[in-house]
Amino acid sequence: MLSIKNLHARAGERDILKGLDLEVGPGEVHAIMGPNGSGKSTLAGVLAGRPDLEVTEGTVTYRGQDLLDLDPEERAREGVFLAFQYPVEIPGVNNVYLLKAALNAVRKHRGESELDAFEFLALVKDRMKLMQMGDSFLNRGVNEGFSGGEKKRNEILQMAVLEPALAVLDETDSGLDIDALKVVANGVNSLRSPDRSMVVVTHYQRLLDYIVPDFVHVLSDGRIVRTGGRELALELEERGYDWLRGGANAA
Amino acid sequence: MATGQQDVEQLVARKYRHGFVTDIESDTVPPGLDESVIRLISHKKKEPEFLLQWRLRAFEHWLTMPEPDWAHVRIAPIDYQAISYYSAPKKKTDGPKSLDEVDPKLLETYDKLGIPLHERARLAGVAVDAVFDSVSVATTFKQKLKDAGVIFCPFSEAVQEYPELLEKYLGTVVPPGDNFFAALNSAVFTDGSFVYIPKGVRCPMELSTYFRINAANTGQFERTLIVADEGSHVSYLEGCTAPMRDENQLHAAVVELIAEDDAEIKYSTVQNWYPGDENGVGGIYNFVTKRGDCRGRNAKISWTQVETGSAITWKYPSCILRGDNSVGEFYSVALTNNLQQADTGTKMIHIGRNTRSTIVSKGISAGRGQNAYRGLVKILPGAEGARNHTQCDSLLMGSDCGAHTFPYMEIGNPTAVVEHEATTSKISDEQLFYCRQRGISEEDAVNMIVNGFCKEVFRELPMEFAVEAQNLLSVSLEGAVG
Repeated sequence: MLSIKNLHARAGERDILKGLDLEVGPGEVHAIMGPNGSGKSTLAGVLAGRPDLEVTEGTVTYRGQDLLDLDPEERAREGVFLAFQYPVEIPGVNNVYLLKAALNAVRKHRGESELDAFEFLALVKDRMKLMQMGDSFLNRGVNEGFSGGEKKRNEILQMAVLEPALAVLDETDSGLDIDALKVVANGVNSLRSPDRSMVVVTHYQRLLDYIVPDFVHVLSDGRIVRTGGRELALELEERGYDWLRGGANAA
Repeated sequence: MATGQQDVEQLVARKYRHGFVTDIESDTVPPGLDESVIRLISHKKKEPEFLLQWRLRAFEHWLTMPEPDWAHVRIAPIDYQAISYYSAPKKKTDGPKSLDEVDPKLLETYDKLGIPLHERARLAGVAVDAVFDSVSVATTFKQKLKDAGVIFCPFSEAVQEYPELLEKYLGTVVPPGDNFFAALNSAVFTDGSFVYIPKGVRCPMELSTYFRINAANTGQFERTLIVADEGSHVSYLEGCTAPMRDENQLHAAVVELIAEDDAEIKYSTVQNWYPGDENGVGGIYNFVTKRGDCRGRNAKISWTQVETGSAITWKYPSCILRGDNSVGEFYSVALTNNLQQADTGTKMIHIGRNTRSTIVSKGISAGRGQNAYRGLVKILPGAEGARNHTQCDSLLMGSDCGAHTFPYMEIGNPTAVVEHEATTSKISDEQLFYCRQRGISEEDAVNMIVNGFCKEVFRELPMEFAVEAQNLLSVSLEGAVG
């Protein structure tokens, strides 16, 4: 599904990713953990094509094609979805209108017919039930005046509607209380499938109690320094990140 | 990454779609302006003596007036002697009696513009008057309107058929000496539309005029006069386009609206004159005086404008709220891209008691465009209980454009309630990236964000126009992201 080799990336003058390798197979859920500043969000941004990040070396292959060669919107239409850490507000643009435009862009790209208003609304309402969202969400401006929890739920709603092949969740747990976290995790779990892969970026292992990953990677100073199963996350919770940083240096 | 300033700059270059020239023989008087030209125009139009005298008085007054210089625009000097003041498509006979006699090339032009004049190909329920250079070429749906008692005809026809109505109303809202460009228009206006809605009649369809400047080195000076008699109602739309030319062309129109007791006029404009190229060469100077007079009690006049074209737009559709309880509204979207300049807004003059006005202005600046809102809310001492709400929002795209706001308020009555809100915002990179990450192209994302910004104005437009306005905005903005 996704193959990252020797990825180097910088933001402005600052090198952030320094030779990152990662293989994600179909249906797998990979957690990316690491201390602040280790490059977690940069990795998510590079995968989505954030314009202010520059890839200086390495390759990213997604379903057999060079992902770095595609514009952000092309990646999205090819099934790459980023759940933003800080979803931006777009005043005046209807939440449901953006979602419909997004879905139809994706469908058009796949050679499918665009959904009409009724089909679309039925689909969205179904997915909103999953995310325990009220109808008032539909007609508000995109993220306009949403609470932190509402914004994150809205991200997962979009993901549920767009049904991506590769979902990248960037600190989706940050700013959520435990109830909201459960709702979001339920939504994500319901989208797990043998042909959908997920990269879950998180600082805390708490999220992984609810979204149980197949693999856990620890990112430090722009490289993956350790890979393990679910138990690695628990170990990190207990011991912090420092012991790994030391280990990285020693290696 | 694939998005960069260069891509954006390449995107900016989409061409003006209405920039074609119709190859048609026209009867154009040589450039220059003096009394004899005015007499010639009046003679060609077979005008009654009162109108000729009216023109000549306006011209005399114009000669004494200085060109105004207070607007926030840079403007090359206009040589008024280099303009031709009359251009008409040459007619094979004495003039078209019906659409079948109109030059097919003209009909083709309007077809290209998407204005089907033929009734069988009509836009459902919209009567169209089309003004090509200086003369009106066809008015559709005449009979149906006539049955309802509505007069909708070219101005020059009204001069022949309804001189008493013209003499009664012409120049009573915008006097001939009102301002420099209104005076010029009064002296040399060539055609336009006249509308009269009799007492108690609700006009059975939207009325529409399309203006087209075709000939080179001509000015377009049309005059629109709409009278809504007691208890009547009318919705009027106007659209404008012009070919691409390297020189600036002057468009100085006057629009007068009169609403008597309980009457309502809704006037919508989608202005898409040629804006000039990306270096600011060419384009229309759009200097227009529009004013409505709520003469009667409970009268209502509502202006809605979407201004995307013209090199320079300079207009302030205004309302004189004379009748008690009368209502004035102004909804505006003005967009400037490349080197376009706009200085636009409104004046709400509250004279009657309990008069109310609403102003919603949305200015969008892109490229090196300069966009100014200029507005006056004036509450006269007798305007007991007057209310105004003004909302003035600016959206900036890129860092080379400008947005300016000049709100004036003169409050002469302590019971008045006047509110003013203003915001300035930018389309952020983060908003664009967010939309693109959802599969929406950069251009569609910009359109979506801009349309969201303009929503309050677009919803005031009649349906067909709202769609056209959105399309126009997206064409005018293409790639204007910086």
